[in-house]
Order: sequence, then structure tokens, then C-alpha cells
Amino acid sequence: MRIKSVKWWTYHILVGGFAILMLYPVIWLLMSSFKESNAIFVTAKSLIPAPFILDNFAEGWKGIGGNSFGVFIKNTAVLVIITLIGQVISSSLIAFGFARLEFKGKALWFGLMMVTLMLPYEVVMVPQYIIFSKLGWLNSIKPIAVPAYFGHPFFIFLLVQFIRTIPRELDEAATIDGCNTFNIFYKIILPLIKPALATAAIFSFYWTWDSLLGPVLYLNSPAKYTVSMALNMFLSNETVSNWGAMFAMSVVTLVPVFAIFFIFQRYVVEGISTSGLKG
Amino acid sequence: MATRVVKEHVQESIYIATDSARKRAMKENIKGYLFISPFVVGFLAFTLIPILVSLYLSFTKYNLFSAPQWIGLENYKKMFTADPRYWQSLKVTLIYVFAGVPLRLAFALLIAAILNTASRAVGLYRSLFYLPSLIGGSVAVAIMWRNIFGDKGIINLLLELLGIPSVRWFGDPTAALWMLIFLSVWQFGSSMLIFLAGLKGIPKSYYEAASVDGANGWHKFFKITLPMLSPVILFNAVMQTIGAFMTFVPAFIISKGTGGPLDGTLLYSLYLFLQGFEFFNMGYAAAMAWIMLIIVGVLTAIIFATSKFWVHYESEGGR
Repeated sequence: MRIKSVKWWTYHILVGGFAILMLYPVIWLLMSSFKESNAIFVTAKSLIPAPFILDNFAEGWKGIGGNSFGVFIKNTAVLVIITLIGQVISSSLIAFGFARLEFKGKALWFGLMMVTLMLPYEVVMVPQYIIFSKLGWLNSIKPIAVPAYFGHPFFIFLLVQFIRTIPRELDEAATIDGCNTFNIFYKIILPLIKPALATAAIFSFYWTWDSLLGPVLYLNSPAKYTVSMALNMFLSNETVSNWGAMFAMSVVTLVPVFAIFFIFQRYVVEGISTSGLKG
Repeated sequence: MATRVVKEHVQESIYIATDSARKRAMKENIKGYLFISPFVVGFLAFTLIPILVSLYLSFTKYNLFSAPQWIGLENYKKMFTADPRYWQSLKVTLIYVFAGVPLRLAFALLIAAILNTASRAVGLYRSLFYLPSLIGGSVAVAIMWRNIFGDKGIINLLLELLGIPSVRWFGDPTAALWMLIFLSVWQFGSSMLIFLAGLKGIPKSYYEAASVDGANGWHKFFKITLPMLSPVILFNAVMQTIGAFMTFVPAFIISKGTGGPLDGTLLYSLYLFLQGFEFFNMGYAAAMAWIMLIIVGVLTAIIFATSKFWVHYESEGGR
């Protein structure tokens, strides 16, 4: 028994210690955001801010170029919500089609979907930009939000996998009861795939919240910037004095990500484990 | 006579049956396409047409403002023979991919195997180790990474503590590239989760039987764990290789959009972005994208082609 408990302690000290080591940079970032800007690197060895100040948050929240950080958060939230709704609704319709309906050319379209899953975005980046600029969509969120309404291959794949685990007898019983195909989707399948929809919604949030390339390409006026671009702007204006504000706002942008992870952990972990989705 | 009537009757009902079957099949086709129509339209509008446009543009000189000018293979010729920055970006990207992805997968597998041995508190550790993956793609983390590798950052403090002379991470192109590779390895969490799920799927009885035969931990790992997990490792290797090839945010943020020092962090995506949207060489950028597509395709094919030497599928039986 004693030997076992020594083993237990060694295991937890090693694994736990390693976990803390891995997360140390994040802890350091958080603690530094409460330090005075000019003390961050002088006192980098110590985690505890002395004095503990909130000025960085006040300073960072003022934002850049006359737009407060709240504006950037609002812009990002709007983009996230519009994109998320589009991706989840369209992907679930498409996934139902692939998982449950028989039609000519299904294998071909499913194969094409899997190919787009692996297609580097860079290949379509330039022509998409040209097309969207011809449409007059530059400096708006349309080029980022509109494609979301045509499905996202990762989510389609995830949902197809999930729908396939639902017994077909349910559909058949509903057909006998006079349900049409859309109602089978809406009343039978949709309520049963809620966990997978939650996973898709969470990842949609993460990817849009973090994305930088799309906003850098398509948003030009600072009043429309997302949080990623705002942080990038902090960085390009980096001077000795505003590290604190930049760190503080970095922390602010990470808060929703952490919050959603800890609330919906189960969906995130299961989503990755079962589909091989990258996070 | 009677048989003829019956025959005709049967014939007729067959016609009716095939007719209604055809109608039903037609209806099914329409329904199917209605449901997947967003994908079909999106695929044509945002993938297929752009890809074809991109192929055309790659043979032109185009700056977005005047009409594209056909120059044949000039872009490709310039890329391979007259643009040292292109070779530099290809070189750093290949180093980034082939150092980063195997290291990350090995790390993920190691941690997953360690976590899989204990039943207690695995959930907590799993979440903690996943966190870097969760936030790793963000600008906030890239900014953090930039600062912990600064001259007075905590990485140099740690090196000092270990008696190693501090490194000027932003002064040396190789060191700067490794800074990016470390950032990629640090995000081993999502692969670890996938491996953990795979490990749970390996029947305990295999290990018990091996123990009876006197196998030690190493034997079990190399003879049971690794072969059983190989399909999952394959899938991950493919997806991570493609993902790594497309890495943009860390290089963009850490080098402040320049790819410096001395083009040490000029990842392919970043150089493509600069060509397209800083220098407005849209044709050249399109040509770069096509070479990228070919490289990614070839790498994927190689990984799949070599898979039969190292991937073990359950249905084939033990090998």
C-alpha cells in the first residue's frame, strides 16, 4: 500500500508539474497584465505583481484610433454569431442529405466535400479576393460571413458521422406516421444530434473568434476591426510603455475562449476525440 | 389465353412498378440535392471557380487594378530560377513541417500513453494539456510567445537558470524558426485527445495476454499500442501536415508581418500573402498557391502510399 502511494505521488508530481510547466507562459501572461508596464520584464522572474494594478486594462480598453476595445469585441461577436448560425444550419442540412438520402452522384459529392476538407485556403484566397472585390464586398464582413451559409466541410463530416449512429428505424417509423423528409430531419434527427451541433457551434466560435487572415484581407477601417486585428494593431504600435495594455487585452480576448471551454468541455473533448477535428 | 391475359397484366404492373420506382428515385434525387444544395452551390462558387480562376491567373501578370496580362509560364520560371526568397520560404516551411509535426505527434503520443496508465484525475490533466491547442491559433498567444522568447523573456531566464547562455531568438533566423516550431509542438493537445480516445479502444485483454507472455512496458508499447493506433496516427499525420503547411498567424504576428529576421520565419503562406496583398503580384501568388496545392497533394499521397508499411488495420488480422 505504501509503495503504491509513493508511486501515486510521483506520478502526480511529475504529470502535474509538467502541466504547470506547459501552462506557465499563459499564467505569466495573465500575471504580467497586472504589473506596471515598465516592470514586466524587470520582474519577469516573479509571478506575483507588486504592486497589483488594473491600469493596463483601463488603458487597453481605450483601444486604438478612437475605437474602444469594446467596439472590437462587439464587431467580433457579431461576426461570430452570423457565421456560427450559417455554418451550423447549412452543415446540418447537408449532413442529413449525405447521411440519410439516396441520390445519384452522392459518392462524388461526398468525395468532393472530403477534398475541400484538405484543400489549403491559400489556393482559393487570391481568386476569392478578386471575386469579392468585383462584387464590391471589400471592407465588409460579407466575404467572411456569406460563405458560412454554404456549409463547412469539417462540420458536415462531424455531423454525418453522428447521424450515421442514429438507427434508421426511427426515420422509417416516422415515414409510416406520415412524416415527410424535411420533418424527419427537423423533428427526428435534429433533436438527436444536439451534442454534435453543440460541438460544431463551439468550434465555429473558436475559429471565427481567433481568425486573422480573413479580417486582415477584408476589413480596412479600424471601426470594423475584430479583436485579432486590434491586437495586431497594438503590436505594430508596440512601444516600451504599452506592453501592459497589450498583455491585458490579450488576456481579455482569451477569457471567452477559456470560459466556453470550461462550460462545454464535454462537447469539445468528445468532438475532437470522435472526429479527429483539430482544435 | 388465360396465361396471356395474366402475362399482359403482369407486364403492365411491372411497367407501373418501374415507372413509380423511377418517379420515386427521381423524387429521392431531388430531395437529396435540395438538402446538399448549399454545399453544391458553395463548392462551385467558393472552391471550384476560384481554383480555376487561380490556375488561369497563375499564367498572368495581374495587380488587381489593370486587366490580367498573359505571360505563360513566366511566374513559375521566376519562382524556381530567379526568386531566392521563394526558395527560402519553401525551405523554412519544410523545416517547420517536418520538424514540427513529428515532434508534436510524438509528444502527443507520449503524454497520451502516460495519461492512459492512471485512471484518477485524467480528466483534469487532459483538459490542462489541451488548453495550449485551444488557444494556440490566436493572436494573443502569438503575442505571448513573442514576449516569452524576448531577450529578457522567461525562456532566456530559464536557460540562464539551467546554466545555458541566453539566445537572441529574434537575432538569428534559425533560432526564430525554432521559436515557431516550439509554438507548434506546444499545441500537442488536440492530437493527444485523439490518441487518448484511440488508446481507450485497445482491448485490455491484449495487454493482459502480453503480460502473461512476459512482455515489458516497451514491448507492449511497440508491439500493441503503436500498431493498434497506427490508423489514427496516419489520419493525424495527414491532417497536421496540411495544417502546418498553411500556418500563417504565428509567423505573421511573431515577425510583425515581415517574415524576419533575414526571412527566417517566412513561412510559405506568409510569403504568398505578401506577394498577393503587399506587392499585389496576384498572378505570382496564384502560381505559388498552385505549387502549394501540388506539394500538399504529393505529401498526402506519400503518407497514404507508405501507410501499408506502418499502418495496421484490425480487419487484416495481426501482422
